[in-house]
Amino acid sequence: MAINSIVMVKQVPDTANISGQVMKDDGTVNRALLPAIFNHEDRVALELALQVQDTHGGRVTVVTMGPPRASDVLRECLYMGADEAILISDRKFAGADTLATSYVLSEAINKIGDYDIIFAGRQAIDGDTAQVGPQTAEKLNLPQITYTEEIIKVENGKLTAKRKIEGGYEILSSKLPVLVTVLKDAVSPRPYKARRIMTYKNAKTLLELEKMTEGNSLLYIDQLKEEYIAKKLYIKTLTMDDLKLDVERCGVAGSPTKVHKVESVVLGGGKHDMFEPSKAGIGDLIDKLMVDHIFG
Amino acid sequence: MERNNDVWVFIEQHNGKASDVSFELLSKGRKLAEILNGKLKSVVIGDKVENLAIETFRFGVEESYLIEDEFLSQYRTMPYSRILTSLVDEHQPGIFLFGASIVGRDLAPRVASHSKSGLTADCTDLQISDVKYLRKDYKNLLLQIRPAFGGNIIATIISPDVATQMATVREGVMRMDPLETPVAGKITRVPFLSNDTDSIIEIIEQHRKENKVNLKGAPIIVAGGYGLVTKENFRLIHELAATIGGEVAGSRAAVDAGFVTSDRQVGQTGVTVRPKLYIAVGISGAIQHRAGMQESNKIIAINSDPDAPIFSVAHYGIVGDASQILPLFINVFKQKLR
Repeated sequence: MAINSIVMVKQVPDTANISGQVMKDDGTVNRALLPAIFNHEDRVALELALQVQDTHGGRVTVVTMGPPRASDVLRECLYMGADEAILISDRKFAGADTLATSYVLSEAINKIGDYDIIFAGRQAIDGDTAQVGPQTAEKLNLPQITYTEEIIKVENGKLTAKRKIEGGYEILSSKLPVLVTVLKDAVSPRPYKARRIMTYKNAKTLLELEKMTEGNSLLYIDQLKEEYIAKKLYIKTLTMDDLKLDVERCGVAGSPTKVHKVESVVLGGGKHDMFEPSKAGIGDLIDKLMVDHIFG
Repeated sequence: MERNNDVWVFIEQHNGKASDVSFELLSKGRKLAEILNGKLKSVVIGDKVENLAIETFRFGVEESYLIEDEFLSQYRTMPYSRILTSLVDEHQPGIFLFGASIVGRDLAPRVASHSKSGLTADCTDLQISDVKYLRKDYKNLLLQIRPAFGGNIIATIISPDVATQMATVREGVMRMDPLETPVAGKITRVPFLSNDTDSIIEIIEQHRKENKVNLKGAPIIVAGGYGLVTKENFRLIHELAATIGGEVAGSRAAVDAGFVTSDRQVGQTGVTVRPKLYIAVGISGAIQHRAGMQESNKIIAINSDPDAPIFSVAHYGIVGDASQILPLFINVFKQKLR
């Protein structure tokens, strides 16, 4: 039996490489200056989906909700081996917290339909919340296996997986369909295929095609889109209207959590005694710790 | 909106033993409930866990919802989230707190998704305050404070327009503070009604070993970071710890680099510790790390970068190369305290 998977991926700011200019004077972050990368755990999720496909056949579809430039991540998914990539993008999605995000993703997944497994990374490095997976599962009325370390098998309409628990692991078997979130070490993602890069570097979203038609009176968007679909280079683009979403549940409006305040981390010039990196200096430090009744 | 003033805490248990984080949250929850003039309540789910409900009275719980069934002895996403969801629908507590454990992070989002509550993960502080937000005045909101964006900012999150404000907090972040005499709380039993969805997922096997690493209880901790560069250098951390009788720990970067196992990670996404002495070697001191150790009694920072943020929380500092300082430290210590 062929197994169809949908993989939820996210483009994230590379929070590990934040430079001085990225922090604005008011303590907020200038996202535009941050390099945007493919969230690693989502890449691992895609690898698991591709491995299931290698064994059982079926389709692997990736979806991401994000700004137009998130198409970069979708092309990377195509390089890795995804059959189809879908961008869910709309200005009205901006500022979404995990609740609003899971609403949009779950509605998009309902529209895509025909899936057995939904994969996602456990969490994205820009928020580390690990909430979108379970919240999407809840909205789709699906069971969930979070913190997955290994997919053991998929057979007879069931998925068996090993997941991390406090102090150990458990092995769960879930009826399909199920939503699975995966840990970064579950498996190492395959490299991009050169042939696929050559092909899919030309894949374009609707927004990118629209850009191409701007200032070129010889190009018509509908025609161009048909052309790209025919060449299998069209990255399907879904907006709020396409998904017939409730605007009150999207973006800022649909997000119950609000950022009340951000403070950049100001380091108090904490008072501390310095010691020389020498035998004498370290001797003084140890004496001090003996006076403090920590040593001795 | 009129919000209920009660503070609820989900009591996480494994094999009938409650997690420390649940008691830590009760201790914090009691203070929040006092400010709000509300009641502190616990929710206990499991098999034969009435004693846990009673234990929560030691932390000021006035009412404990107890749901017992053999099927609930182990944590299972579907029935646990269904139980909590219906309790939240019925009572609409103003605040509902969970440990940011694997269980809490599996469970809380599902409940929040159903009730459309705001949920903030991994808070490092919780406060109650009146807030003016978008020109509207809100009374007694839960301030959910957490580092964000790689630790470069501290964000205060509010959920002004929801009935239930939800948050998760890591173990060790809040102080456990039992009362001298337990309150006379009441237990409200809630019947467990099984459902077809409960058996969608089957537990085939479970392996759990008691955590042998006890960082939280260690009086001395020697922690190494990415600044040690190699696993060989990290051995010096082990040597120093063995010499002075401390536990070995690491920063997230050290864990990611494979220098030390993740059960020894100190910081926002690891363990929060308050030892008598914390020695941070080659740890630059990102806020996520500092969040996990800055309340240590005495902190020594050893780093080659004199501007490393770790020095801002240190009591004693040495600027220099760890691979030279650590052997010196070990030798001098042995001479002085043989």
